[in-house]
Amino acid sequence: MILVFKRISRLFNRLPKNGVRKVKDDLGILVFENTSEVIQAENFLKSRGWEIKVMGPPPGIQSGCDLVIQFPLIERLMLTRQLEEAGLPPLEVVPVTHPLLKPVDLFHTKDFGDYLMVRAANMKLTIEKKTKIIVNISGGGCPDVPYLAREMVGRHLDEAPRPGKIGHTLCGYALELAHKEMIHQCS
Amino acid sequence: MLLIVGTVPDETFPLTVGPAVLDGADMIVNGIRVPVNRGTPALVGAVLAACQVLGSMPVETALVGDIGTGKGSRRLYEHLSRELPGMAATTLAFHYLQPDVDWHNKVLFAVEEMEKRPVLIADAGFMYAAKMSGQAPSYDLFTPDVGELSFLADETAPHPFYTRGFILHQDNNVPDLIARAHEYRNGARHLLVKGSVDYVVADGEITGQVSKPAAEAMEAMGGTGDTLTGLVCALIESGKSIPEACRIAARVNRMAGEYANPTPASQVMDIILQIPKALARVLEDPNT
Repeated sequence: MILVFKRISRLFNRLPKNGVRKVKDDLGILVFENTSEVIQAENFLKSRGWEIKVMGPPPGIQSGCDLVIQFPLIERLMLTRQLEEAGLPPLEVVPVTHPLLKPVDLFHTKDFGDYLMVRAANMKLTIEKKTKIIVNISGGGCPDVPYLAREMVGRHLDEAPRPGKIGHTLCGYALELAHKEMIHQCS
Repeated sequence: MLLIVGTVPDETFPLTVGPAVLDGADMIVNGIRVPVNRGTPALVGAVLAACQVLGSMPVETALVGDIGTGKGSRRLYEHLSRELPGMAATTLAFHYLQPDVDWHNKVLFAVEEMEKRPVLIADAGFMYAAKMSGQAPSYDLFTPDVGELSFLADETAPHPFYTRGFILHQDNNVPDLIARAHEYRNGARHLLVKGSVDYVVADGEITGQVSKPAAEAMEAMGGTGDTLTGLVCALIESGKSIPEACRIAARVNRMAGEYANPTPASQVMDIILQIPKALARVLEDPNT
């Protein structure tokens, strides 16, 4: 515990080049052993109002799986305590203190002219810009991908079923992220 | 006989065993019509299109409806573990099935009881189960994408959930991943790694790479990996060696994509319709 406080103290006393310290902007990441735990932790933390974001692991972190949770570092103690009480302790809690520790964005957007494609991790969702109809879904070999495509392709972006509700796998989760991001970009 | 085992994304689709025919944008099995959009129907569609050039060959399917819950897959596993020993498949391809190690092992035992061991091909969910069971070297060919290859290469991962790179693809280290999958005996004898570059691999060694032609819009299209696996299956059943089948299939799939002149809204059937023309061209001139 003393070690933790010392680390936090060091963190709080670190000053940026301009001499203005913005502790509330410091970020940390939670690393978990597997993506199922990340998804459970995300749901748990969001249901309690925490401002968190699921991202890809930074190149400097070798442990853990394909997803990490980014959080405001100032909330570290309270947040990790709640996760432990919920039976979801992270493998590691890492302050983002170096570019190699910065988590990577899961989203990539490609503009095809009349069409827009959003990729979240391995899943890609493409719409026709004019109509916002989902014209294609690709990526992933999980067993629910053909079903998700069948249910969503040909439907309006806002009317298609949510992959998070009807999917059963990690690909379904990634497609949910792509769907949300596409809605965000089109709003 | 080429036997294709997989799922249809419709819970009401019954367990069905029989030959398939293409009819427009649909596949018909035992009188039941299924749209060919992606997944196992797209694989079957590519096989049937290839047969127009390779000549008539016996193609059977063993399909069941499954939307990702595994209910249908388990019924199909049970059927296969009982019926496979009496079947005369020369090439046996397993596709979109819910990974289940216990059922996988029962099916593999049933394969060992067949009078003549078929060429064994696995892709998608069944390939995950083959790796999870530790039986990957029993297979002749796996057709992973780069994320799936990351799972094969991760000797400590009991499930894709634990793998770094399963959904965040690491395209820049494919040769390392191939070597690692081979070193820890988590790959089949041959691999066809599907991606922006397709890698042909035999016993851990990369023997070929195919990256052209490349139609940009194909990135958005679903089902193009399924058609590639279907092409390999058809070519192997026609008598091609596995490495040769992989090289031809990768070229043909890309060329069919180019011939389709796709937009991001094109569907995989647009590519399947071009397969006969592309296959004829590549067979005529392998250096095309």
